[in-house]
Amino acid sequence: MPTNAHIAAHSLSDVAASDSTLRRFLHGLPGVDAVGLEARAAALGTRSIKTTAKAYAIDLAISMVDLTTLEGADTPGKVRALGAKAVRPDPTDRTTPSTAAVCVYPDMVAVAKEAVAGSGVKVASVATAFPAGRAALSVKLADVRDAVAAGADEVDMVIDRGAFLAGNYMKVYEEIAAVRDVCGTDARLKVIFETGELSTYDNIRRASWLGMLAGADFIKTSTGKVAVNATPANTLLMLEAVRDFRAQTGIQIGVKPAGGIRTSKDAIKFLVLVNETVGEGWLDPYWFRFGASSLLNDLLMQRQKLATGRYSGPDYVTVD
Amino acid sequence: MSNEKRSSAFEYAPAPESRSIVDIAPSYGLFIDGEFTEAADGKVFKTVSPSTEEVLSEVAQAGAEDVDRAVKAARRAFEKWSALPGSERAKYLFRIARIIQERSRELAVLETLDNGKPIKEARDADLPLVAAHFFYYAGWADKLDHAGFGPDPRPLGVAGQVIPWNFPLLMLAWKIAPALATGNTVVLKPAETTPLSALFFADICRQAGLPKGVVNILPGYGDTGAALVAHPDVDKVAFTGSTAVGKEIARTVAGTRKKVTLELGGKGANIVFDDAPIDQAVEGIVNGIFFNQGQVCCAGSRLLVQESVHDELLESLKRRLSTLRLGDPLDKNTDIGAINSEEQLARITSLVERGEAEGAERWSAACELPSSGYWFAPTLFTNVTQAHTVARDEIFGPVLSVLTFRTPDEAVAKANNTPYGLSAGIWTEKGSRILAVANRLRAGVVWSNTFNKFDPTSPFGGYKESGFGREGGRHGLEAYLDV
Repeated sequence: MPTNAHIAAHSLSDVAASDSTLRRFLHGLPGVDAVGLEARAAALGTRSIKTTAKAYAIDLAISMVDLTTLEGADTPGKVRALGAKAVRPDPTDRTTPSTAAVCVYPDMVAVAKEAVAGSGVKVASVATAFPAGRAALSVKLADVRDAVAAGADEVDMVIDRGAFLAGNYMKVYEEIAAVRDVCGTDARLKVIFETGELSTYDNIRRASWLGMLAGADFIKTSTGKVAVNATPANTLLMLEAVRDFRAQTGIQIGVKPAGGIRTSKDAIKFLVLVNETVGEGWLDPYWFRFGASSLLNDLLMQRQKLATGRYSGPDYVTVD
Repeated sequence: MSNEKRSSAFEYAPAPESRSIVDIAPSYGLFIDGEFTEAADGKVFKTVSPSTEEVLSEVAQAGAEDVDRAVKAARRAFEKWSALPGSERAKYLFRIARIIQERSRELAVLETLDNGKPIKEARDADLPLVAAHFFYYAGWADKLDHAGFGPDPRPLGVAGQVIPWNFPLLMLAWKIAPALATGNTVVLKPAETTPLSALFFADICRQAGLPKGVVNILPGYGDTGAALVAHPDVDKVAFTGSTAVGKEIARTVAGTRKKVTLELGGKGANIVFDDAPIDQAVEGIVNGIFFNQGQVCCAGSRLLVQESVHDELLESLKRRLSTLRLGDPLDKNTDIGAINSEEQLARITSLVERGEAEGAERWSAACELPSSGYWFAPTLFTNVTQAHTVARDEIFGPVLSVLTFRTPDEAVAKANNTPYGLSAGIWTEKGSRILAVANRLRAGVVWSNTFNKFDPTSPFGGYKESGFGREGGRHGLEAYLDV
């Protein structure tokens, strides 16, 4: 049974003793009332964030972006440009914070590493046959090994949604734990649930706990490759999960909504969710990230507008 | 992996709604027969903003003579108004509804100023419901033949209506919309602490071209209401307010021809079973008792928690209460506004002191109260038993009493063990339990896995001392028809 040093100590260490204990635990979690969850997320979306609060939120959001390119057409040139942008998002204003990371496919990790060298910007790599995750475990682990060997600071893995939906929780658990072992202490592990495919909120809560129990450092909504990606409601639910997990085990886990967050207004709504659900402890790029690409430019434009009072338009931010 | 973090709090900057959108006159008259007029005896009273104690306006105070004048105007208007085809009355109601929508921001700011409720609630709850209520009853006006009361049901005549201060414009809508749709005319007395939105509504009636005398507004105190209720030419009395005043009204109209509906106090039980969706239950509990500072007749003021989840739930609830933002009601991020009046604040304070004296354990969210105005921090009591005053008396404030139960039978018994019967909530993921428990609760409205949800299509009203008659929905028509 793969276990982790960090969960071995806590009260939940025997939850994953067998398939049935795991199932009993996950199905014993409190249910989620969909209407209530969405109403709460929508209510927090009406918070009015102005002036100094907005300036703070925009800088915080920039510093939380995992600037992402995950296209078949990615080239070293594109990745280098992305790395430069991550380090210095607004070349005209050096007070602009760097993003948290760049996020690329494993074969681009080395290029990305070089592009951000010495800046503090991390390199995250998707792995485990991203985005579908339909490959043998050995292939997935080789994928992770490559990424880590190339210097990835963070690994974004996908779970086997098929196994999860079939109720085969132990298989999902073991895969996550195996990836965790490959990441070792070199790389932080983000576990992507593809919430749009899990479909129900009850499933998202169960997946969150499953991921945390198996050794995730971060739980992440989605790949950005399906119809429904990060939403305020599914992110709120995952924030509740990490809050409860810390209360029970003392271990803090990060959250990363990814896909579909394109505007500053959206990003600020997510930060409000963080602020009012888990609080200050997560208002830090170490614990909360946005998986996004176009979001950064909107944040930069809003930042310029706050600073100058004028909206300069898309010609004044870099296109990569 | 280090847990070090760069941490600075996410403080929300003030985001006040502009009050320049509403133009409050320094003084207002009574609205009788389509005109603003002074009181016969020239009396006036001041209405203040409960969040700042600033005087907003001076309002004419109706006396018995004014009540008589208004009832006579309503009587004169009744003949033509009731003779209009329903489709014509509907046009006026639709017009009023649309004007309310057009002026909703102005009315929301006004309501927030006069009542003290957060602009968020006035904007997102009160005003949309007000407009919806008029739209809904506008739709009934030409369909009364099909409402289930036989062919061509007749209106009663002049309705004397007395409303409370907690949802001033919404309670006005609940009263006036069905009355007008069915062909009655109206004399309405708003509460003395919140007369302004009713007077703005009078202006809306003029804007809509409503015939003179169909709606008359008489600001005043309890004696004005008493004179209205007792007036011999009033055919129908509708009251929303305290059970004590409701009983008084019932005595006044006993033995007369007057038809009465009373919507009175409550001590709603919010029942949380151990299989509840806990995070949403916490939201529902908060919404149930802290919506409108708990000044809601159907508030879920008694929390009944299954013992096995008591500690977990209370911890979540306290954490959640600590995030509530109390302060300037006009700030768009305010969750908890001001208590409506000094008198109400004194009542809440004294009941809470009594709760402490009787041995219940008090917990209040740590929050700074503004130095002027009437404020009360969100508060809950644990170790409460059925015998405690805080579990029996309606507090009408942001105070929650937490009790426990072990079995569904015990939950039902405790929930029903009150002279009131207005609302209840059930939180469980088990559908069969929802149905079984709801059937046994003696409450006019039972919400499951939600709380304080309102809709004009749904009848609302109480069992036992929470009143009688129903408002809203098809049922709400009956109170204004001679059937």
